[in-house]
Amino acid sequence: MSESLASIFLSAALVNNFVLAWFLGICPFLGVSGRLSTAVRMGGAVTFVMVVSSTCATGINMVLAAIDAPYLRLISFIAVIASTVQLVEMFIKKVSPTLFRQLGIFLPLITTNCAILGLALFQTNRGYNPIQSLVFALGAGAGFTLALVLMAGIREKLDLAEVPQLVRGTAATLFVAGLLSVAFMGFAGLGS
Amino acid sequence: MSVDRAATPTTPSTDEFIKGLWRENPVFVQVLGMCPVLAVTNTARNALAMGLATMFVLVGSNVVVSAIRRFVPKQVRIVTYILVIATLVTIVDYSIAALSLELHKALGAFISLIVVNCVILGRAEAFASKNGLWRSFLDGLGMGLGFTFALLCLGAVRELFGMGTLFGAAVLPAAWQDWVIMILPSGGFFTLAGWVLVVNRINQGRARRKDAEAA
Repeated sequence: MSESLASIFLSAALVNNFVLAWFLGICPFLGVSGRLSTAVRMGGAVTFVMVVSSTCATGINMVLAAIDAPYLRLISFIAVIASTVQLVEMFIKKVSPTLFRQLGIFLPLITTNCAILGLALFQTNRGYNPIQSLVFALGAGAGFTLALVLMAGIREKLDLAEVPQLVRGTAATLFVAGLLSVAFMGFAGLGS
Repeated sequence: MSVDRAATPTTPSTDEFIKGLWRENPVFVQVLGMCPVLAVTNTARNALAMGLATMFVLVGSNVVVSAIRRFVPKQVRIVTYILVIATLVTIVDYSIAALSLELHKALGAFISLIVVNCVILGRAEAFASKNGLWRSFLDGLGMGLGFTFALLCLGAVRELFGMGTLFGAAVLPAAWQDWVIMILPSGGFFTLAGWVLVVNRINQGRARRKDAEAA
């Protein structure tokens, strides 16, 4: 693997955006992205969990390779992610009770955010070294935050628009997501 | 999911099976488990494989969770469910790799990602942890079939317009110009939006007819 760090970052953040090109983390994308301020904080929390769990996943891979038990990978990953989220939850509760209340139920739900498990699996499949994994996690987090914020901005405006009753809600959000995805296709070829 | 909590043994158990197919369809009505729905449905074959794999895990986890529901302390239940699901997914992952390496490649990491499919954890928490073995089995089967049905709807439309084929067999005439966008990520969003519209329309029509009957 001789990919440069910049190309890994750009690829994860823009060209192969986790949300819009790989459909990872769609649930918070559709659920949380109603308001801009929440979207930014959510993006921050997810990025942090991504970085921590990606680092842990690198360690797990080394251990599993040493004891020759690849079938335990999935279970160990999910256990690490769940504990990281728990840790972040306790940390935020202690440091900033306001932020804790604002994020509410979406904080524990980060565990079932497929972007995080997906990240750990992708970096394993591509055989990234620890530094590449870290950059990959940062890029993926940035891309996730970007998609979430863009979507939230559009949806805040969409609330003021006159949308037919039938389309309102899920269908409208999906159409917007599709258009965003088309826009992100414009990044293809960047950084390669 | 308040419907499930209210479910009492007085409702016929076949109802647990039927509700997942349409009335509480996990994809079209509950909008859960979106990641695999959009990611692997660029061909009907991938969609069917993904649907069946998810159904297996769903039925398995529902049965196991229902069987151990009296022994699991409330505080650690979510972790327990996740571990049960992760074990089942590992089984599916290795089975698919053994049966068809080509299919395993096409689905890639998305087989492993069944673990974080919210449909499965959702059914374990909302249904299987409160209901008996047989009902949980039926619930898992119904929800799994509904999920597979939704995936097939998407996969068939995307493959038909995107490549002019269905399950790999040419359907549209050779003069057909492929709509490349349908097999790209954005096509997934548009197709799902279209299906949600269709389902909304049908349900609206039904509700109106029911109102007319009641009046």
